[in-house]
Amino acid sequence: MSTRPPYDSVDVQPVSPVIEPGHTYASVTDKISAIVLTRPTSLGWVVGFSLTFTLVMVLTVSVAWLIAKGVGIWGINIPVGWGFAIVNFVWWIGIGHAGTLISAILFLLNQQWRTSINRFAEAMTLFAVACAGLFPLIHTGRPWMAYYMFPYPSTMGLWPQFRSPLIWDVFAVSTYGTVSLLFWFVGLIPDLATFRDRSVKKPMQIVYGMLAMGWRGSARHWHRYQSAYLLLAGLATPLVLSVHTVVSFDFAIAIVPGWHTTIFPPYFVAGAIYSGFAMVLTIAIPLRKAYDLEDFITMRHLENMAKVMLATGLIVAYGYYYEYFMSVYSGNKFDLYLTQMRFHGPYSHFYYALILCNILTPQLLWIRKVRTNIPALFVMSLIINLGMWLERFVIVVISLTRDFMPSAWGRFSATVWDYATFAGTLGLFTMLLFLFVRVLPAISIAEMRELVRHTSGEHE
Amino acid sequence: MDHRSHTYGVVAEFETAEQLIQAAERTRSAGYRRFEAYAPFPVEGLSEAMALKRNAVPLITLIGGLAGGLGGFFFQYWVSAMAYPLNIGGRPYNSWPAFIPVTFELTVLGAALSAVFGMLALNGLPRPHHPLFNVHRFSKHATSDRFFLCIEARDPKFSLADSARFLQGLHATHVSEVEDD
Repeated sequence: MSTRPPYDSVDVQPVSPVIEPGHTYASVTDKISAIVLTRPTSLGWVVGFSLTFTLVMVLTVSVAWLIAKGVGIWGINIPVGWGFAIVNFVWWIGIGHAGTLISAILFLLNQQWRTSINRFAEAMTLFAVACAGLFPLIHTGRPWMAYYMFPYPSTMGLWPQFRSPLIWDVFAVSTYGTVSLLFWFVGLIPDLATFRDRSVKKPMQIVYGMLAMGWRGSARHWHRYQSAYLLLAGLATPLVLSVHTVVSFDFAIAIVPGWHTTIFPPYFVAGAIYSGFAMVLTIAIPLRKAYDLEDFITMRHLENMAKVMLATGLIVAYGYYYEYFMSVYSGNKFDLYLTQMRFHGPYSHFYYALILCNILTPQLLWIRKVRTNIPALFVMSLIINLGMWLERFVIVVISLTRDFMPSAWGRFSATVWDYATFAGTLGLFTMLLFLFVRVLPAISIAEMRELVRHTSGEHE
Repeated sequence: MDHRSHTYGVVAEFETAEQLIQAAERTRSAGYRRFEAYAPFPVEGLSEAMALKRNAVPLITLIGGLAGGLGGFFFQYWVSAMAYPLNIGGRPYNSWPAFIPVTFELTVLGAALSAVFGMLALNGLPRPHHPLFNVHRFSKHATSDRFFLCIEARDPKFSLADSARFLQGLHATHVSEVEDD
């Protein structure tokens, strides 16, 4: 702070550091591993875990009832065959994308502020992909036959239709899940070794020891490890873009009005990152408070994430504008009619709520006071999450209820099972996060040590 | 010479990454070849100090990616044009642009799997036990806040007394023998 800027500036805002000063290798190790190894389970954790576990029970009941009765318990019908299942699928998978973006793209760009948030953002990715994958699976109606979607030499001589975006989706989402898991696990190996060496109870030593696979921090190992990690980051970056592109193809390849448009891939990817960053904020703000991690997840992180939200939100706004523009410019009467339906149809209140949540409210993030106000950011992140859910609802439901022929028009209203299943996945996601912070290091300890070396100046 | 059978090497402990880098450089210039540095995080400059060669992980990843991509593409070709051809309005069986998304995903999958498993295999992991874990200070600090350098007994220049004295001269805070088991 003592160095003055080289110009006569009237008001230079000091930039918060990515790690508060005064930390050593031992102190970051102690502080992060203490959350799992020494701290007693807090009452808040037990309450939170119980609540989310209850929601998981709701999910179990909903899925069991679905399997017993069939997809008719949902509000889906003809023409709206997709309903909540696909809305939720796209919403969850989009949320996952910020985790990969933070861990891979910001790593390639050498952004130091990613270090303390990448681990739990990656965990968030995995749990979100798990929730996302559940929906198409149960939406098939016969989830025990889902293996039909994978190519295997069946006695019927059948093979998947590789020209179908739905099969692309199977490959994109399963590859994404696998690569995210690998990336997360590779990042965890050194920290698991730390846990192995620091845990006192024998069962924990054995479990962490098995997971750490005998990692001992050898320089030759680090040498190869860094190559592998860099390569994984380089592979995950185009992967994350491809996954949401393929998800958007599920819509864009079809000829349904409002879906058949070339803006979908970039606008879906931007929307995914937008909602993902909102979810990272939703998780980071309570997490840093509950476990006193304000030294590691600083104001700098929160503000940077707010800026990313603002930027991707503007791309999304451009996408909305472009959808409108193209339907008017094309002169296609079906597209024009669909746009009218968005503004004046039976679901127009969803569309206006979407504009309010995703475009208008986030403009407050231009103001620095809002970006650095933690409660405001938290509320903003919830609003954006809601807005992104509404976006998928508008895309799926409004288009399907206003197809080409009036005889094919219809309505959709969700049933209690639709809401119960969705709430159940929210519970599953949050419960997995609760478990994660109690059994694994929520912040990468090895990378924090690296940051200590770079910032505190072990160099004289 | 007979200590080789039950001695793995001699290990020195350092407080900072800079000391470890210097120690690695000096150990190398003293003629030792079979030695290894240990750090709780990837230390920039350590690979250079130890004169580590480029590793094979990128090549393995490339091969895995190519195998995944080519295998994925030709598998789709085989399925769509040979095993289960569907004539849809006379469109070509080998409709290759439609095969690109899956080809891309399988390229990434093949590359990522081979990067991770290649890295683990080259590192000889999983290996739950290692002689260095017999050293109490190593298992307590190597994965948290201290830096270690171990000269192994298989180094032709190794001698327990001389190597230990050499390491002591490098500002090591502790030097101890590593027992093999």
